[in-house]
Amino acid sequence: MTVELGHYALVLAFLVALVQAASGLWGGHSRNPHALALSGPAAITQAALASLAFAALTWAHVTSDFSVDNVYRNSNSALPLIYRIAGVWGNHEGSMLLWIWTLSLLGALVAVIDATLPPTLRARVLGVQALIAVGFIGFSIFTSNPFGRVFPTPADGMDLNPLLQDPGLAFHPPFLYLGFVGFSVAFSFGVAALLEGRVDPAWARWVRPWTLGAWTSLTLGIGMGSAWAYYVLGWGGFWSWDPVENGSLMPWLAGTALLHSAAVVEKRDTLKAWTILMAITAFSTSVLSTFVVRSGLLTSVHAFANDPKRGMLLLAICLVMTGGALALYAVRIGAVKGGGGFQVVSRESALVLNNVLLTALLFTVAIGTFWPILAQVLFSQPVSVGAPYYVRTAVPLGALLALFMTLGVLIPWKRGDVRSVGKRLRSAAALTLVAGGVTFWLSGESKLLAAVGMAMAVWMVLGALGDVALRTKLFAVTPAESFRRARGLPRSAWGGALAHAGLGVAVLGMLGTSLWKVEALTVMRPGDTLPLAGYSLKFDALFDRAGGNYQSEVGHFTVSHGGKVVGSLEPERRWFPVAKQLTTLAANRLTPAGDLYLVLGDPRGANNEARVVRAYRHPLVGFIWLGVLIMVTGGAVSLSDGRYRLGLPVRRRTVSAPRPPAEPGLVPAE
Amino acid sequence: MRAKFALAAALLLLAARPALAIEPEEQLKDPRQEARARSIERELRCVVCQSETIDDSSAPVAKALRGLVRERITAGDDDKAVMGAVVARYGDFVLLKPRFSPLNATLWLGPFLILVLGAGLAFVFVRRSGAQAEAPAPLSAAEEAELAQVLAQPTAEDRPA
Repeated sequence: MTVELGHYALVLAFLVALVQAASGLWGGHSRNPHALALSGPAAITQAALASLAFAALTWAHVTSDFSVDNVYRNSNSALPLIYRIAGVWGNHEGSMLLWIWTLSLLGALVAVIDATLPPTLRARVLGVQALIAVGFIGFSIFTSNPFGRVFPTPADGMDLNPLLQDPGLAFHPPFLYLGFVGFSVAFSFGVAALLEGRVDPAWARWVRPWTLGAWTSLTLGIGMGSAWAYYVLGWGGFWSWDPVENGSLMPWLAGTALLHSAAVVEKRDTLKAWTILMAITAFSTSVLSTFVVRSGLLTSVHAFANDPKRGMLLLAICLVMTGGALALYAVRIGAVKGGGGFQVVSRESALVLNNVLLTALLFTVAIGTFWPILAQVLFSQPVSVGAPYYVRTAVPLGALLALFMTLGVLIPWKRGDVRSVGKRLRSAAALTLVAGGVTFWLSGESKLLAAVGMAMAVWMVLGALGDVALRTKLFAVTPAESFRRARGLPRSAWGGALAHAGLGVAVLGMLGTSLWKVEALTVMRPGDTLPLAGYSLKFDALFDRAGGNYQSEVGHFTVSHGGKVVGSLEPERRWFPVAKQLTTLAANRLTPAGDLYLVLGDPRGANNEARVVRAYRHPLVGFIWLGVLIMVTGGAVSLSDGRYRLGLPVRRRTVSAPRPPAEPGLVPAE
Repeated sequence: MRAKFALAAALLLLAARPALAIEPEEQLKDPRQEARARSIERELRCVVCQSETIDDSSAPVAKALRGLVRERITAGDDDKAVMGAVVARYGDFVLLKPRFSPLNATLWLGPFLILVLGAGLAFVFVRRSGAQAEAPAPLSAAEEAELAQVLAQPTAEDRPA
């Protein structure tokens, strides 16, 4: 009964979304007070109904109601509670419902928090938001109903895909979706601004928290996904340029571009047309990514749905949405006028250049991902595109991006002077060159790549540190004065510095594990010892261990370094009898210098007493996720900046101030 | 119990997807040749898998491809000849770094073209903004008239005391 209620609630949410779309768009156009007043309550009602639907499915999963087809196919009575909950979105239908739920919650949040928006803009934003909801709820109801029943009721479920039974992966989809769907708000604001024919710094300030929140979630989601790929898949990599991974990278690149160009709109009232285009692109690539994953068009580990009908409908949603927004853009963008001027040497120029680089990167990832299909369709020629392509295209672009990113941070707004910028950069540039040179000299193979990578990482971190040092006048004034200035710095400044430094730290990790990895592959019997990168791994014993819903085989290894025992590792292989699937669980020992990573493989020997063992030493790999955490912290800190608090200073917001109010006693904000 | 588990595991290995690739027995004795083989294998696609290199894949066809690579290396071929032998048998499809050809021009030149085009447009935009920063936009006729009117009005100082 609960399940039918959930289904019913979802259908009602669809109808309410139709009302919200109509009232929002019509209200925004006609300024009819009744229509204007309707869209807000409709958004809240829609969110309540979608929550009910999501809660109903979650309830069915938690209580293991196997009469529900979705639960039967993706759960099992022996599954621990956390994976019974994660199982809700660990399948096609459920993950679409999670998407819808997130979308409607964000819509309601816009309605509640942004109550101070000009009424027509607010109505239009909610109207566009509802149009997106109509598309996705319709998709769920008509092709991917999660509430179907099976009869007769099976005694037990078929279990959740064992690869998904991992805490890292359980929470990777919600964050990823919060990121994808978060960009829908920026999209709606963009389309609404086109309808209004007006973009100003106030608009940029309204969009900023939504974009920043989405970007932060997406960064965390991608980081979690790559961590999962690293330690669960046991192949010793963190990123494989898989279509699905690329699918999450595209919105991230577009979102990063949007975040930065929106800052230019906010501070300098220019670059408006471009910012709107990026707002459209960020969400369009999110939907494209969802289409890629859900349609199975570019099949990979992630695709649990291979139904062409679903794919076609999603593609249609994607095309109508993107095409519609772009057509509107073409017609209306003329109404959006540019504003303040700036000199060639200025932060604006650096941000424009960085947007160009981010766009080129976005294009590279997109063409690499879709080229195999395009070449097949256009020229009937099968082509493969993989990591070696991206290393030659995306990596050089990334290096240029790193270069200009730090330049941008250190050049003031509006008008910079080459000589003083040069002075600011001198020490950072010198240190960067030294780091690159030393790396070049020390590296065996791939000298150039290593040197460029190291220089990138050092340059980004130094740029961020230098930015904070300059703003606090470190060393130029007394430490107490610097401290006072540091406390007075806006949180958005700290956030930006953290995000930039975090990216540098992450690049350091990627560099270490990509270029200096040491690996060994061998057959070991209990008692054997394997030397690896200064460590010695002794295979002590092999034993069985019973888990909740799996059996497992564990190898116990003693790790010594320089003749001294430093710890032990227990790589595992798990057998899931219900899903009839075997997974490997790598064991690792992570230190700042690197990660010692051990995988237990197939049996060998006459009596199956030996095992294939894969051992890796991944230098610096932990910095990848440390960097991601720093970036996420930066996003969160910046989001907490009081100047951007949602729904606050009503007057300052409706009156479009040409520049943010200057804080007393501070260098001009950002 | 362990034997049973191991057997069951071995039987189902093909059905499951443990991303365990190359087997120890495939390795070449000469570590330098082995390193060459691994780096070539990372550039080749497992033809039946989706976005996996033959270095990553445990599929039988990946193993066969690795066998071919290793056979050619042991026979004394250089890296280019090894690649050539693999492509001759399996076609361009196995190359994860597609060949530069008129067909693949969009793929290889696209990013570069976007960068150049974007940089060009950005330059024009920045120049225009720079000109704007130096010379504020001239007043419209209406604004001129308003200004003249304001200036014509007597201010406090102009008034006779």
